[in-house]
Amino acid sequence: MSGEKVVEPLSFEKSAPGRKGIPWPVCDVPTVPVDKNIPAGLLRESPALLPELSEPQVVRHFTRLSHLNFSIDTNFYPLGSCTMKHNPKVNDRIVQIPDFAGLHPLRPHELSQGILEILFEVERWLSQLCGMDAFSLQPSAGAQGELTGILVARAYHEHRGENRPVVLIPDSAHGTNPASVALAGLTAVTVKSTPDGQVDLDDLYQKLNKEVAMVMMTIPSTLGLFEPRIQEIAKKIHEAGALLYMDGANLNALVGLVRPGDLGVDVLHVNLHKTFATPHGGGGPGAGPVGVKKALEPFLPVPRVALENGVYRRKFDRAHSIGRVHGFQGNVGVLIRAYAYMRLQGAEGFREISENAILAANYLKAKLTPLFPKMPLGACMHEVVVSGEGAFGPGVRTLDVAKRLLDHGYYAPTIYFPLIVPEALMIEPTENESKETLDAFVETVRAIIAESKSDPDKVKTAPHTTPVRRLDEVRAAREPRLRYRP
Amino acid sequence: MDPQQLRFTTSHEWIAPDGTVGISDHAQHEITDVVFVELPKSGRAVKAQEPCAVVESVKAAFDIYAPVAGTIAAVNEETAKNPALVNQHPYGAGWLYKMTMASPADREKLMTHEGYQTFLKSATH
Repeated sequence: MSGEKVVEPLSFEKSAPGRKGIPWPVCDVPTVPVDKNIPAGLLRESPALLPELSEPQVVRHFTRLSHLNFSIDTNFYPLGSCTMKHNPKVNDRIVQIPDFAGLHPLRPHELSQGILEILFEVERWLSQLCGMDAFSLQPSAGAQGELTGILVARAYHEHRGENRPVVLIPDSAHGTNPASVALAGLTAVTVKSTPDGQVDLDDLYQKLNKEVAMVMMTIPSTLGLFEPRIQEIAKKIHEAGALLYMDGANLNALVGLVRPGDLGVDVLHVNLHKTFATPHGGGGPGAGPVGVKKALEPFLPVPRVALENGVYRRKFDRAHSIGRVHGFQGNVGVLIRAYAYMRLQGAEGFREISENAILAANYLKAKLTPLFPKMPLGACMHEVVVSGEGAFGPGVRTLDVAKRLLDHGYYAPTIYFPLIVPEALMIEPTENESKETLDAFVETVRAIIAESKSDPDKVKTAPHTTPVRRLDEVRAAREPRLRYRP
Repeated sequence: MDPQQLRFTTSHEWIAPDGTVGISDHAQHEITDVVFVELPKSGRAVKAQEPCAVVESVKAAFDIYAPVAGTIAAVNEETAKNPALVNQHPYGAGWLYKMTMASPADREKLMTHEGYQTFLKSATH
């Protein structure tokens, strides 16, 4: 971007020909020309353009970049639907102790009893918290959990000799739901929402037939609302011979309070990097365990961990299993962190987590309501969806307000999702934030709204204080340049 | 194209008397800058309200529904190459595809430009 101070140049821009980080020893084995080993068609035509830097330059470069990091460890991060909660540091300490860090996944089960017990226990904890009969811990993310859950449901129907190629998904669902359905070789059909954000039951029941394998619902919905008719919906789905899938991305509003299995859910995935406080995104990897009711258990991925005569074993002999979805037992380091968190919280702790997450969101909603004329009515669950329509000064949109929040040291909430709310802002405070933090956030929103009326250009050109100013997202999407060129 | 000659759907598509389809000025403004357009194949038979194109902006991807039943007769390759046309000329160069309507009377049942303006005022979104 022109006319801006460059906080840290690219490593390429600091490069000097011939500069080396470390001196290479003289090669003391015979060398073979590269084109003798690799077919000519696979060789690059010109040498790779790589930056040439000294070691201190490299260290300073990445240290400076790391200082630009924005994270839950530095600031309030109310990114709706993502449950950016604090990751207790004790979980990281535990996973780093050599007894865990040094484990090899191919060690025989006799020498892996401790870790197998933990995996067995994580499955039991998740089953009890969710009211399900069994879990697979293998999927390494929410979306992979969705895919696994859909493949399990497909295998279940096929085993019963039924051809059910359709999955129904409400239009307020996470975009990954239809993508996972397509990846599993099934067809996603959209179910409409009513203006108040609930599933349009007429549309759902009309589309429910013998072709439908499953209905995928997010509970609470992406609007942060609980579906009060969920048990009736589950009954109708089961009467049609279909299954009810729950996208557990929003479990932070239910855990310890409501067991999805009791609502009639047959399959669900949970995101350990949300509700169970393991690191998110770049701090990951993630984990998206999949839970099922008894009838679907035979189809879960292998290996499963079983306890037989006091000995934990990995079990592969499941004839109807969909097979592996991940190497070994999944992202075990994440599962250990989640186990530490479960033991830290206990059943009572989880109940408090949900209660406080819901309380924090409703507190924010109550304080934000006077500022937003089109605020959806009623109580919310763990996140509050605000419509920016009519709230800001001339020509100022939700995107601009989100950018201006960056100047005030906040990560911007999710915007323009769910799509059914115009100019949406989706704010999820989680249970971790103090009243002072929430109050300060509301005051900042109030100040930005006032500014959008007194000085709209200031908001429309935000952010002003971040390392880079507003990025040209449109040009980046239309003319992506993914390589450095001098 | 003169918007007065167009008919509109509640999902914000327009269709001209000759079967040309695009999205409304209101829709292009709401979804903001279009960065990608996926068009149907010529010759495809579509039902009314069947998703048959995708318009993607920096906000999200949106299905574009067939306003009436018919067959895709032609597609606008220019919008695929230059998606900004959808924003710049929603009722002109930014058209998406042209269809042979199964029954031109179906088009008459859709909203007029005036009816669409009333719909926009009354709708919550």
